[in-house]
Amino acid sequence: MEIPCHRISGGKASGPALASTESISFLGTVDPETGMVVDPGHQLFGKGVGGKVLIFPGGKGSTVGSYVIYQLKKRGVAPLAMINLRSEPIVAVGAIISGIPLVDGLPAEILRLEEGALVTVDADRERVIVDDL
Amino acid sequence: MHLSREEERAYQGELGESLRKAMEILVALGEIYGADQLIPIRSVQVAGVSFKTIGEAGLEWISDLRGKVAVPAVLNPAGMDLARWREMKIGENFAKKQLKVVEAYRRLGVSPDCTCTPYQIRPELARRDDHLAWSESSAVSFANSVIGARTNREGGPSALAAALVGKTPRYGYHLEENRIPTHKIAVDADLEPSDYGILGFIVGREVGEGVPRFRFRRRPEVDELKALGAAMAASGSVALYYFDEDAPDAPKGAEEIALTAEDLRAVREENAPDGDVDIVAVGCPHSSPNELEELARLLEGKRVERELWICTARRIAERCPRLVEKIERSGARVFCDTCMVVSPASDRYNKMMVNSGKALAYVPGLCKMRAAYGSAAECVEAATRRG
Repeated sequence: MEIPCHRISGGKASGPALASTESISFLGTVDPETGMVVDPGHQLFGKGVGGKVLIFPGGKGSTVGSYVIYQLKKRGVAPLAMINLRSEPIVAVGAIISGIPLVDGLPAEILRLEEGALVTVDADRERVIVDDL
Repeated sequence: MHLSREEERAYQGELGESLRKAMEILVALGEIYGADQLIPIRSVQVAGVSFKTIGEAGLEWISDLRGKVAVPAVLNPAGMDLARWREMKIGENFAKKQLKVVEAYRRLGVSPDCTCTPYQIRPELARRDDHLAWSESSAVSFANSVIGARTNREGGPSALAAALVGKTPRYGYHLEENRIPTHKIAVDADLEPSDYGILGFIVGREVGEGVPRFRFRRRPEVDELKALGAAMAASGSVALYYFDEDAPDAPKGAEEIALTAEDLRAVREENAPDGDVDIVAVGCPHSSPNELEELARLLEGKRVERELWICTARRIAERCPRLVEKIERSGARVFCDTCMVVSPASDRYNKMMVNSGKALAYVPGLCKMRAAYGSAAECVEAATRRG
């Protein structure tokens, strides 16, 4: 099914979903060298964000988080695309400077998407396509 | 958000990749904050300069950008004095990276003036009612409150994006409706210059991101306002305050806070040095010529017994060579382009004495070091005392 959304950072990418109902502070939560979630207090602890369509409510924490996203991209361990309920400046700026498609404005059910479900984020057309829904 | 035809072309990438990214940042932020349009700005102050904060990733991003800034732009302090970094015991590797950061900005047309007080060196960057895109919290506070210009507190990438486009989204402190006082602060005390840092430290914690409207017994001097605003922006996140008799009044029902000399004394005593200070740092925000003059006078005929760093803008040091020489004759050092909060050089000390409410708020967290507070004279006393 196709879900309308709002473009924050342009581009299009498809990949397996990795969803969380918790906000993410990239600085401190995600290791910039490996893309692993290293904060034991986070729902996604132990999982890698690299090569995934990362789905979470929004960002929080230090503005250095924008550069962490850029570093993930440079190391080849960044998410392929990101989906927020409502983007805030840290993740928005991080996605834009890194060239990672980012959209927001989706219904909250998207946070419950099963891990590994194939998702396409077409930010330019403002559409998210979920295969098995 | 409404874009003009020219802005739309830039947003769609017709004017190059860097401008596309810059526009994308401005549009994204504008939409997040409910801006209706982009507005032209007079100048930009770009954060994200110290290699200590932005790291390899930040350096790569700035280096990858192409193009030239559309309006005058200056930089926030770097992680070291760009010329005398060896004296700060900065490692070769850090220095090399830090110089690369400044060079990458310079290639984009950003002036390599690294200061938290651009208004002290180039007054033409901000006049009354100008819209700006400044980053550093104390500079933002000064521009909004003392100069009467209008700026939000920009992050590094959004400031650089604004510089490349020459515009910023219209929201936040650009709009009259967000510049109304939220708190009334009555200060019932005769204040010394060094009280303003402590006052700001207290009020910032009380009002958070509010807009305090002060009533003082006398109108504060410019350097006092600089210290007050810097401290409130660090202990809270105050970006705008009022101090003039004819400033707009806080609406009915606004929270009122009354502070006395006793309140100030209590916080000062809590943060008094207790003898184990091993470094003294002044110049947060960057010292003005008047402050350098005071330090030169206080240091006359004295020798420092522990590190005393005085931070200022390079253009100010260059404008006051005799004062710098007088200060350095004591063994104190005048460092440019940097400050104790963003430099890794302070990492090897245990307790720093400062005359800044802003540094008092930041040093424990950012430098992992204890902090103590005193006036400029007390700082000089602590630095020159034997034993």
